[in-house]
Amino acid sequence: MSTHSQAQTSQPQSQAQAQTQPPTQPPTQTQPPTQTQSPAQARPLALRPATGARRLVTAGPTVVLSALVLLLALAWALAPELFTSFSPTASAGPSLQAPSGDHWFGTDATGRDVFSRVVHGASHSITAAIVAVTVGLVVGTTIGVIAGAVGGLVEEALMRVVDVLLAIPGLLLSLSVVILLGFGTTNAAIAVGITSIATFARLSRSRVLAVRQSEYVEAAFGSGGTLPAILWRHILPNSAAPVIALAALQLGSAILQISTLGFLGYGAPPPTPEWGLLISEGRDYVATAWWLTLLPGLVVAAVVLSTNRLSNAIGKREQA
Amino acid sequence: MHYILRRTGGALLVLVLAFTAAYILLAALPGDAVLARYGNPDLGLTAEQLAEIRAAYGADRPVVLQYLETAGSFLQGDLGYSVQSGAAVSALLAEALPSTLTLAGLALVVAVVLAVAIAFTATHGSLRGTRLTHWLRGTLRGLPPLMVSLPVFWIGIVLIQVFSFQLGLVPVLNASPIQSLILPVSTLAIPIAAPLAQVLIRSIDEVSAQPFVAVSRARGASTWWLLWRTVARNALLPTLTMAGLLFGELVGGAVVTETVFARMGIGQLTAQAVAARDTPVLMAVVVLSTVVFVLINLIVDLMYPVLDARLRRTGATAPTRRATVTAR
Amino acid sequence: MSAQAQPQTPETAPSQAQPLLEISDLSVAYRTRRGAVEAVRGIDLAVARGSVTALVGESGSGKSTAAQSAIGLLADNGTVTGGSITLTGADGRGEQLVGLPERAWRELRGTRIGLIPQDPTSSLDPVRTIGASVAEPLRIHGWRDREQIQARVLELLEQVGLDAPATRARQYPHELSGGMRQRALIAAALALEPELLIADEPTSALDVTVQATVLDLIDELREATGAGVLLITHDLAVAADRADSLVVMRHGRVEEAGPTSRVLANPSAAYTRTLLADAPSLRQVVERSPRRPGPDEAPLVQVRGLCQEFTSPGSAEPFLAVHDLSFDIPRGTTHALVGESGSGKTTTGRAITAFRRPTAGSILVGGTEVTELGTGRRLREFRSTVQLVHQNPFGSLDPRQTIAAILEEPLKNTRRGNRAQRRSAALHHLELVSLPREVATRRPRELSGGQRQRVAIARALILQPDVVVLDEAVSALDVTVQAQILRLLARLQDELGLTYVFISHDLAVVRQVADTVSVLRRGRQVEHGQVTQVLQDPQHDYTRQLLAAIPGTDRTHPGPGRRPEPGGDHEPRHRDPDAHHDLSRPDPDGHPAPSRRHDHEEIPAS
Repeated sequence: MSTHSQAQTSQPQSQAQAQTQPPTQPPTQTQPPTQTQSPAQARPLALRPATGARRLVTAGPTVVLSALVLLLALAWALAPELFTSFSPTASAGPSLQAPSGDHWFGTDATGRDVFSRVVHGASHSITAAIVAVTVGLVVGTTIGVIAGAVGGLVEEALMRVVDVLLAIPGLLLSLSVVILLGFGTTNAAIAVGITSIATFARLSRSRVLAVRQSEYVEAAFGSGGTLPAILWRHILPNSAAPVIALAALQLGSAILQISTLGFLGYGAPPPTPEWGLLISEGRDYVATAWWLTLLPGLVVAAVVLSTNRLSNAIGKREQA
Repeated sequence: MHYILRRTGGALLVLVLAFTAAYILLAALPGDAVLARYGNPDLGLTAEQLAEIRAAYGADRPVVLQYLETAGSFLQGDLGYSVQSGAAVSALLAEALPSTLTLAGLALVVAVVLAVAIAFTATHGSLRGTRLTHWLRGTLRGLPPLMVSLPVFWIGIVLIQVFSFQLGLVPVLNASPIQSLILPVSTLAIPIAAPLAQVLIRSIDEVSAQPFVAVSRARGASTWWLLWRTVARNALLPTLTMAGLLFGELVGGAVVTETVFARMGIGQLTAQAVAARDTPVLMAVVVLSTVVFVLINLIVDLMYPVLDARLRRTGATAPTRRATVTAR
Repeated sequence: MSAQAQPQTPETAPSQAQPLLEISDLSVAYRTRRGAVEAVRGIDLAVARGSVTALVGESGSGKSTAAQSAIGLLADNGTVTGGSITLTGADGRGEQLVGLPERAWRELRGTRIGLIPQDPTSSLDPVRTIGASVAEPLRIHGWRDREQIQARVLELLEQVGLDAPATRARQYPHELSGGMRQRALIAAALALEPELLIADEPTSALDVTVQATVLDLIDELREATGAGVLLITHDLAVAADRADSLVVMRHGRVEEAGPTSRVLANPSAAYTRTLLADAPSLRQVVERSPRRPGPDEAPLVQVRGLCQEFTSPGSAEPFLAVHDLSFDIPRGTTHALVGESGSGKTTTGRAITAFRRPTAGSILVGGTEVTELGTGRRLREFRSTVQLVHQNPFGSLDPRQTIAAILEEPLKNTRRGNRAQRRSAALHHLELVSLPREVATRRPRELSGGQRQRVAIARALILQPDVVVLDEAVSALDVTVQAQILRLLARLQDELGLTYVFISHDLAVVRQVADTVSVLRRGRQVEHGQVTQVLQDPQHDYTRQLLAAIPGTDRTHPGPGRRPEPGGDHEPRHRDPDAHHDLSRPDPDGHPAPSRRHDHEEIPAS
């Protein structure tokens, strides 16, 4: 079901590709944001950092801006105290103060500095998103690459598993996993990661199949190459880029999904400054304190938008 | 015929597997629901009493047997009983369904209209244009990526903030049924419209680059003619495969939207079930939405050959399309 | 079934002073990220009413850009930066097309200017019927009456020689062969009887015999309607056959222009002379000394009773891609497999290279039975005996590897030599195919098509094979590059004593490079033997058809190379294998693709 068998067509690539832009062109380059997770990363890819930076600049102002936004968010996650002197959990002044020079994002009902909570929240939300993407990427690409490379019954079986994962609506699947594992940020992250396995598996399988059919792979077989050698030398490196683009996209989507779980109350417990929870806490003050929800939400949106933009840029680069 | 059988068989297989997965996740692994509810020491039940209750619920028999029994009762429409309230899950769902269907149905309509409007305007006459139209198109193209980047619950809260409190356009209290639908429908429509618009824009762009579109232009076709007569039909086909995905988004969106607006419905029911670890309810919701998802995709699969003649002949694989794709 | 049924207007003598289309000093630039690129730099060209002007050039010469500006369909980033394009109507009123507003363009397109596109497969809307596509120009230009439209569509389909027009009109593009699709597109282009037809490489995606009949059709229709034709082609031989005047382009400039006979007989530009010298159908391109093996020398390759069936899911009947094929190849000679799409030539090549195990038959290469190699180590060891060179040098090299890595890989696979030895072998083979050493550190995308094909050849040779299977190895290349590669192959054969299996659709090339030949048609060998014998005295009808279809052959006949008068006999149409293509026989591309590399992909790049 819904596996329009890969060979069939490029159009009904249904769900897997529907929400993800990564193109199917042969890749030429890797890109920073999720580098560490790339299966092909262990191989020296002759990535010249200098040209990488130059390419980034030539890619256009929005891409540069997106990269900066992401870098800032990462820096918040790594060293929040560099960006704010207020504690995320202790009161820092009168409650429900509108944004001002002292408190950029205002203060909440217990007088905590909202900006500080957002900055400190980055480490929860972004780390969780990275965990989620890692789960999806590692499990998904493993399934996809094995299915694509081995074929036959193994492929059939693995792709049925993927179909099942796709058939259960994403949020319900992660809720089921959360119920099983218990509430908390890490569990929420794993749950979100599981929902993205199918997408990674489908994309990597289709890439492996496409590259496998290429003439250069045939030529490699024709000069006496073995499947493992060819997999390592040609298939994986040439399948990697769209998968990396997808990973970037999934990073943004994972931030959203994790914050959704946090908002619903299944993520980190209060007073953790996790982004979804943060926005949820502002709900009771919608009538009076607009900044409690609006500003943190804008930060989340900016980070997610940036990952989408970068993913798109990685995809476009590969097409060029 | 062969094609229909194969597709239907595949769909059934996925359903069975999905049910099994849901059962493992929600019934087998967490231990039984009886213990979760009555195992609390505060209730002061003795071990014997617990065992009795378990026997009454059938929770003391082997897992495989329970699995088969559950499968059997699901097939008969018996979805079990809520651990939390003790009510029949089917009754709870039946009660909650109309409200959610109204919300989701309206949101879907709004989303489709919005997505088509955005996509068509953004791609309309990708030729030359004035500076203004150029700018407008750029902005519209930027809209869907922005829309997918917004947390749904945040959209809902901001809408309440702006339209109910700042502008006072939609009353919070004592709203009429229609008034009370405006903001939830808008909230839910945005995450549905965004991916739809993205896929539409992309497939319109792809189709527009096809030689047959240039050939149409060489016959004197206007931009509108191209869009409606040539591009739209080809571009809508891949959009159809989005149907399943959109349903998933609708379900997820409904959970969030109903929570934000405190509307009773399937979504709210689900959220409460998770909070209370009421696995039978969650299980029923998961299984039912999977059934709908699989059905939607089956219908799409079966409709494809009707809409695209290339897939019509044997239905199995369509080598021509592959040849077309690789020809470049 | 008649094209001459309604000779529209026995055209009045076109005023010589005012050609139908006159392009003068036209320049076109594309805006790119790296700044403006001038694709066309001040060209002049004219098409007279009722005559054919051919615009000839290799890829990147700007010929397509010139054609696109004549119908106002430049890509979004292209603009006419100078010059004029004038279309003069029958009434003698000229209209300036440069700077015409889009609305006015729309009124011209389809009514006064018709376009015959390059690739019939992708140029028809896949989800609409043939009839709907042919009717489109009528509808666009205000026809409303359904019956009238239907009648005109059937009339047009008949005019372009499609049998059973009513059935065809209801069919979808994928149900028709390439030639039939192109006929349908021609019908659509003619629907409103435009004065000017722009034919942009109208046959480069088609088989040779189909190409000939389609070009005949365009000629007939031109005679019948008195339209002027601007024919864009990379093939000088096609232009030589079909055009009254030639315009040779290169790098966006006109190298040479003039009446066809004058340009061919007495080319003034050096580039035109090169083009002529490198066109295998017009001149001898390769000098090679044919090898005559001793009478008792055992052949290196022996193919006996080769059969290959493909079964497709859903159809019970297996498709016979190759049926009972037998031939011998003596060591050091070239054997050509010639045929059109679906003839089974590529399938045969893949069987010899052990990429696909045949259904039946035997293939002996130097005493090894290829069909019994299995999939393990023996197969991998055998690989160094027979090597395959693919058609498309853009797909056969891994874009991520350096050229050195590409060349060293076969040695690594077969565990030959150490690192330094492999490197020096790679450099040596670069030299062998006349590439500079610097190429070693580059990646495929930094090389031209011809250079890439040289790398592919070097990679095939680095294992020192006995046999090299060249699968349309020169078909995707520009004619001058093709000639260079053919000469390179001849030289390598001399130096290394190689045996070639040369798979090609192009008899003109085969005639020059092969010693023996098998002519294949729909999986069967219709004729085989010495090239000289088979091609000079063909015994089979199909071989004769193929020979007759080689463009440029008309040059050897007396006369200006005009086709037979329309209204005369309909001989050409009977030759069309395509016209017999009916529902009982599935479309060649409808067969289960035995692999991605089906014969059908043999589309030369323009």
